[in-house]
Amino acid sequence: MNASLLDYQEIVGKGVIDELRTIADRVNGRSLQNINSTAVGGGVAEILTRLVLMLQELGVSSTWDVIKGDQAFFNVTKALHNALHGKPEIITDEMLEIYRATTEMNLKIMQITGDVVLIHDPQPAGLIAFRKEVGKRWLWRCHIDVSQPQMQVWNFIRTYVQQYDAAIFSMPDFAQQLPIPQFRIAASIDPLSDKNKPLEKHCIEQVLEKYGIDSRRPILTQISRFDRLKDPLGVIEAYRLVRRRQDCQLVLAGGSAPDDPEGEAVLSEVHAAAAEDNDIHVLLLPPSSDLEINALVRGSTIVMQKSIREGFGLTVSEASWKKKPVIGGAVGGIKLQIIDGVTGFLVFSPEGAANRISQLLRDRRLRERMGENGYQHVRQNFLMTRHAKDYMLAMLALDHPGESVVNLW
Amino acid sequence: MSVEPFVFRTEARLVVLTGRRARNLPELLDQLTQVSGSCIFYHTHYLYLVQHFVKPRFYNDFANWASHSLQEERLAEQLAAIDLLAITSIRELRESIIATLRKHLERSPNMNRECRTGDEFHFCEAKSFIMTAGPAARDPAEFFEQIPKVSNACIHFHCFEARLRLEKTTNDFSQWLTAAGESSIAKKIDKLNPYAMTLDELKMSIAKLGRGHLRK
Repeated sequence: MNASLLDYQEIVGKGVIDELRTIADRVNGRSLQNINSTAVGGGVAEILTRLVLMLQELGVSSTWDVIKGDQAFFNVTKALHNALHGKPEIITDEMLEIYRATTEMNLKIMQITGDVVLIHDPQPAGLIAFRKEVGKRWLWRCHIDVSQPQMQVWNFIRTYVQQYDAAIFSMPDFAQQLPIPQFRIAASIDPLSDKNKPLEKHCIEQVLEKYGIDSRRPILTQISRFDRLKDPLGVIEAYRLVRRRQDCQLVLAGGSAPDDPEGEAVLSEVHAAAAEDNDIHVLLLPPSSDLEINALVRGSTIVMQKSIREGFGLTVSEASWKKKPVIGGAVGGIKLQIIDGVTGFLVFSPEGAANRISQLLRDRRLRERMGENGYQHVRQNFLMTRHAKDYMLAMLALDHPGESVVNLW
Repeated sequence: MSVEPFVFRTEARLVVLTGRRARNLPELLDQLTQVSGSCIFYHTHYLYLVQHFVKPRFYNDFANWASHSLQEERLAEQLAAIDLLAITSIRELRESIIATLRKHLERSPNMNRECRTGDEFHFCEAKSFIMTAGPAARDPAEFFEQIPKVSNACIHFHCFEARLRLEKTTNDFSQWLTAAGESSIAKKIDKLNPYAMTLDELKMSIAKLGRGHLRK
């Protein structure tokens, strides 16, 4: 079911929706074309699925296209992705050539139709070459933590990025030295999507039962792709430290994405680490599992996002929205979403995570208080309505370079 | 007295990243001499606009960073204590922050202490988009009727943005009420300290002053 602006108004209030409509009026018929590398899986595709519809309802013609690429291309872009996150990767000239060749192929088959073209992440960044032909305004939206990138790779991507009109990063920490304006736009969740909407208790019970999870015992859950940067092995280590003294179960659930070729290898490592422990539930879920993910989080006692690097980590906001205390790695967008000691805890190691899990398992009131705080934090800062507003403002900002105050009346 | 109607404005903000950062106090000082006025305004004012379910210890980002990332508590308190109401321009505000920082560095033995990697101060600024908010007020009665209905962003614009960033000597409300021949209520509003209360409280205080004034 597609939610309407009136549905969102019930959550965020009339003032927020009125403001969106006013800004949409000022966008004045200009269209926005989003381009990324995958239609399913991962936070970017999830956001676009709903955001495009919201902008359309606001009267901003908004579309979404996906570039094409073979396995070799996605192996290269995964390595580039990791390297931009700061993970050491060997990037050869041959790999960069694969990137360039796939970009060339996409340049031949893609249609650029938007007045403003919003390119998401490094995979389609090379499409900026279109600019010479079609003009338009071009925005590069980086969803990755590029605070400590492998410089060889950043310098490669930078040659494309600096040709854009502006770049968008999720956090100030990710800002770069660039000759173009840079905007901060945090990611967001859709409170009315299947992944986040309210669920009846029996639906939650049903899902827990389906996967053999005991709803009467404490449940720790991490929802994320099977990716080393999400540190699933660190989560298992933290769980084992807790289990020496306290009872709990661990759920590691996530999907895979076509542009993530590493997933299978990491899943095998997780299975090996979980070994014969029946209280560790490793669930590889298909892309259509949003309702089940919703139920798993709602049925949890504590939610984890113990990433080592993180572009944003929307699972944190998703859990906070369900009033769960969240323990997260002190990296990337997680630092923005967890107010340490208020909505959850930021940690730096499996030992630190274990310590906080123990503390929260012992203190129901603390869990409830953090859950309530987290819900308010998300409501004010990380809902899709704010994201739609920021994208429209970014479109308008391109018309007013260098002005700190823009009159729109 | 005949006066042009008061047009309520509101603002939406897009955060602009400068790419500038500081890891220690000398770097912070160096950057403070170079960043835009908009950047200084952003780091001393935007927290007032955020709805807080947990109030921040300081509303000044420089103070929060000095405390949280460098454990320079004394400096943090001094930066937060800068009297924003007594300051009438961004230039003056920048000089005041720099003077506080310089004084601290002169007597601090740990002036080169660096923050943890990932805790750097990142300089931002805001691009403000100003829009009309609701119907214009033709007289003080209409004006005070509108006040409780306007958004916090509207109050922020007319009381903070206009006074300091746009360098007006008072807030927009007092300026218009004075022009409308209502200088006594204009002065009372001017005397409210917007930095000592939340935007909700400020709005209610103005509305209450208005109700009292109109009953006379």
